[in-house]
Amino acid sequence: MAHEHAIGGHAGHDDHEHHGPPSGIMRWITTTNHKDIGSMYLWFSFIMFLVGGAMALVIRAELFQPGLQVVSPDFFNQMITLHALIMVFGAIMPAFVGFSNWMIPLQIGAPDMAFARMNNWSFWILPVASFLLILSMFVPGGAPGTGWTLYPPLSVQQGMGMDLAIFGIHLLGMSSIMGGINIITTILNMRAPGMTLMKMPMFCWTWLITAFLLIASMPVLAGAVTMLLTDRHFGTTFFNAAGGGDPVLFQHIFWFFGHPEVYIIALPAFGVISQVIPAFSRKPIFGYASMVYAIAAIAIISFFVWAHHMYVTGIPLTGQLYFMYATMIIAVPTGVKVFNWVATMWKGSLSFETPMLFALGFLFLFTLGGFSGLVLAITAVDILLQETYYVIAHFHYVMVAGAVFSAYAGAYYWLPKWTGYMYDETLGKWHFWLTLIFFNMTFFVQHFLGLAGMPRRVPDYALQFTEFNMISSIGAFGLGISQLLFLYIVLKARKSGKKVDAQVWDGAEGLEWTVPSPAPYHTFETPPVFEGGKH
Amino acid sequence: MSQPASHYFVPQPSHWPIFGSGALLLMATGAVLWMNKLAAGPYLLSAGFFVLLTMLFGWFANVIGESEGGSYGKNVDVSFRWGMSWFIFSEVMFFAAFFGALFYIRVLSVPDLAEGLSGEFLYQGFSAAWPSAGPGFKGEFSPMGAWGLPAINTALLLTSGVTLTWAHHALIKNNRLHLNLGLAATILLGFLFLFLQVEEYVHAYGELNLKLTTGGYGSTFFMLTGFHGFHVTLGAVMLCVILARCLKGHFKPDHHFGFEGVAWYWHFVDVVWLLLFVLVYWL
Repeated sequence: MAHEHAIGGHAGHDDHEHHGPPSGIMRWITTTNHKDIGSMYLWFSFIMFLVGGAMALVIRAELFQPGLQVVSPDFFNQMITLHALIMVFGAIMPAFVGFSNWMIPLQIGAPDMAFARMNNWSFWILPVASFLLILSMFVPGGAPGTGWTLYPPLSVQQGMGMDLAIFGIHLLGMSSIMGGINIITTILNMRAPGMTLMKMPMFCWTWLITAFLLIASMPVLAGAVTMLLTDRHFGTTFFNAAGGGDPVLFQHIFWFFGHPEVYIIALPAFGVISQVIPAFSRKPIFGYASMVYAIAAIAIISFFVWAHHMYVTGIPLTGQLYFMYATMIIAVPTGVKVFNWVATMWKGSLSFETPMLFALGFLFLFTLGGFSGLVLAITAVDILLQETYYVIAHFHYVMVAGAVFSAYAGAYYWLPKWTGYMYDETLGKWHFWLTLIFFNMTFFVQHFLGLAGMPRRVPDYALQFTEFNMISSIGAFGLGISQLLFLYIVLKARKSGKKVDAQVWDGAEGLEWTVPSPAPYHTFETPPVFEGGKH
Repeated sequence: MSQPASHYFVPQPSHWPIFGSGALLLMATGAVLWMNKLAAGPYLLSAGFFVLLTMLFGWFANVIGESEGGSYGKNVDVSFRWGMSWFIFSEVMFFAAFFGALFYIRVLSVPDLAEGLSGEFLYQGFSAAWPSAGPGFKGEFSPMGAWGLPAINTALLLTSGVTLTWAHHALIKNNRLHLNLGLAATILLGFLFLFLQVEEYVHAYGELNLKLTTGGYGSTFFMLTGFHGFHVTLGAVMLCVILARCLKGHFKPDHHFGFEGVAWYWHFVDVVWLLLFVLVYWL
């Protein structure tokens, strides 16, 4: 294979044009095509979403009533850890990387990602890493029971499941860094002539900045878990006071990664919403430039707020005050974004197809999650709410109602472009309303539980918390089952959906709508001339 | 942002990435088993490393073949430049985590342990003077001085940066002899540096009683210098590959990003060393 192209010019390229992909499983294993890789990311993330969801249901089954009935406390802790790691690294992040693979080349008019072979590797590391995470459940001592934050000293004392998780995280980091480098290079170097940075679709802007966050923060996580590994096995004392170290040091390094990570998840979600709302309002996005600056501001500030996760670790009062104010400042650019989305809809010619419904669900619920974040940012309040269900409610409003709703908005919005078939609108609306209702049933009540003082990561609870926990658990099972409907909708669309044209949505703008539906295997091999730019 | 009329090169399907993933699977499970003292560990790890080497040979052979075959136009070259820059940035952030740990232990956690309640009740008589192996460390150790081997090593690495730049200028002027000489000198200085680092570790373990397990000082000293040494090793191997390619007549005065990428990496490793010399050895 190495020498076929050595003949010169664009021999390799022309080969590509005249032959389809290899057939069977080898197509998917060896592919360098951004659409194939995007599809694999999306399918993988959905499978992991179901796996992580099943783990959440184990947790909710145990918490349905007080006392210990379904699983042992130890296994409960393992489920807590793996649910989070799998949802964050296996489901949400790959989902948005899948969108980026599919859509960025289509949106900027590029033939593929900048490093197509490395793109394949970025994907195929993920199943290995997830295998290591899941394998940790089956070794002596079981999976880590520390929660996804892996705080020492507990994580130093765990069994070999922790080592598997550490190497799993290393591999996930490698995959993310390679993916980040690929995306950033593609956007910076492969835009169609005429598409200046400030004319780029908003989804590409969010990914440009997310890719920077990935490259800057994942190596720091790698450093943190490496220190954990050497503390566990090679006698270093980074997190051990006897050697002059400090367990709190781990928290500092972890959250220096962890807070940007929140925006690694949130920014691409913002990007999808910024595509969907203008399309169904039939207006260009309001305040394009301010949107770009807001994304950049959020990303930069996200590196300077990490200790708001650590108010009760004994950091000095001045530190608490600084991190409180810095955290609140993030609400300003985020507020700009929410304002702009609302202003985009103002006097628009609105219609409410499923992508728009999920985008509106995102807008309401993510904003609520942002507000509870502001509540938690207040040091004096956080000291009471730290490690309670209020925190759980807060970040599930951001992660599920933020990232997952946005991923669904994007999936319904672009599914006809990917497959060439329209999904069943009635079923899509059912999926939205069931998800919306069950989501709030699951998580809204957790605010009350947290305010009443129910601690997180504990399999048992005091009697007075029973009713709200029962409501939450019933909601969780409803939420879980409703997601299977999405699988059915996708399969049904592919089997018996109505064929669609290139311009699937009449209000949608961008180069992706100029190629046929389904998008051909190779697109924009000769860069198009971009004449858009209403902004 | 105008692109040349020619197509951007998109490679054929490749089986190398899946080899890489297999290698990582074997190496990760092998390392975990080894660390937990299970017999299969070293075998799996070595098997994984072998697969990784095969993958690296095959993949880079592919890339070199495509490059020499003229598949990489101007635009692909720009992609490589962005890619390498961001990769080096990710490495900077990796080292930043360890420099951050050094700062935290030296400036915050060690003084904290000697002060207040912990100094009064837990660790009476513990003095916060750096270098410190922490209040629980029994025995004596000496820190590594800056003006012996480390100073010589600084000179070696700085000189290697100069010889590499000499080689690069020779490549641009198409003076192949000076190119090869400059590269060979750089590689020689790099391996000399590594040899002296090993000597320094032997000295530390044998005479200074300074080990990886010597508390905060030992942890940060060996992890920082160790990861740096590992990066120098990688850089030296990469330089060897570049020298071999130069001897085969690869690279042109106006098209040689393979050379430049490795040169960037080498200079990055150089800068990290300067930080190490000042923050770990000297101050």
